Amino acid sequence: MPPSPSNRKLHFLAGARDTFPLLVGAWPFGLIYGALGIASGLSPLATAAMSAVVFAGSAQFIAVSLVAASTPLLVIALTTFVVNARHILYAATLAPQLKGLPTRWLVPLGFWLTDESFVVAANGFEARSTPEDRKWYLVGSEIAMFLNWQIATWVGIAAGQAIPDPASWGLEFALVVTFIGMLVPMLKGRPELISVLVAAGTALLANSLPHRSGLLLAAVLGIVAGLLAEQAWGRKEPA
Amino acid sequence: MSEFWLLLGMALATMATRIPVLITLSRRELPAGVRRALHYVPPAVLAAIIAPIVLLDEGAPNLALDNAMLPASLIAILISWRTKNLLLTIVVGMAAFLVWRTIF
Repeated sequence: MPPSPSNRKLHFLAGARDTFPLLVGAWPFGLIYGALGIASGLSPLATAAMSAVVFAGSAQFIAVSLVAASTPLLVIALTTFVVNARHILYAATLAPQLKGLPTRWLVPLGFWLTDESFVVAANGFEARSTPEDRKWYLVGSEIAMFLNWQIATWVGIAAGQAIPDPASWGLEFALVVTFIGMLVPMLKGRPELISVLVAAGTALLANSLPHRSGLLLAAVLGIVAGLLAEQAWGRKEPA
Repeated sequence: MSEFWLLLGMALATMATRIPVLITLSRRELPAGVRRALHYVPPAVLAAIIAPIVLLDEGAPNLALDNAMLPASLIAILISWRTKNLLLTIVVGMAAFLVWRTIF
């Protein structure tokens, strides 16, 4: 039986509501991106359009710094792929819980998938048993993130044209605290903790690898460490 | 015009990481081992993004007193651990960062 419209609305709004703190956390980040885009020499239109068609905060940051350094387009595109490669893992994690949805749904759900909506969905899907409910929940989170990011970018573009050196304010720390607030509640047992410590340690040691590939290496080793720890001690809450 | 190609290249590169796997893997059953491994994706990726930003400066370890990110991150971890409140963690962590930066 297809869900009633009110049910859809319920899950959509729940997805947007559960994303609210992350909207706040994305604001300083979006402001700086907008300002840096202008400083890098991109036009205001291209800076705004990148937020709309790419919609990937960290890749956008790196891209504008590469644009400022006159990097060839192909290198920027490849770097974008590597920096965003973690989304492949996100997609693989969410896909089994969205089983049976038509492509016309999976394409927008994938296009709008970010770190933030992924974590919201990874938690929120547990309380929703059908792909139908989950898709409305996820798209609610994603549309909230998307609109918020566009507006923050526009304000950042305006600020970038008015304020000198906006990056010196240190607002990029907003991303760090946001991710800490998402990460700590995930540490439910020893395997998760060990996974996180190994991933963080690897990311530090492998930081100088080209194109941020240390990030992927760190993720993979963190996952392996978590699985090994799980074999040694077991896991508290099987997902 | 080159801005157009920049945006197109970046958009395609990003979509390539988000859409194809979502479509293909939603049509088949993943082995149990893979599903168990995917459980560790969110914490491992978040930790790998945060650690270098907080602890490194231009690639070198930065544990100096004027690295405001360090104490502010510890405070944020403590708040998140005790309250599990994301918004509170963001607000207090950001405030701690800005205050520390003003002092040192």
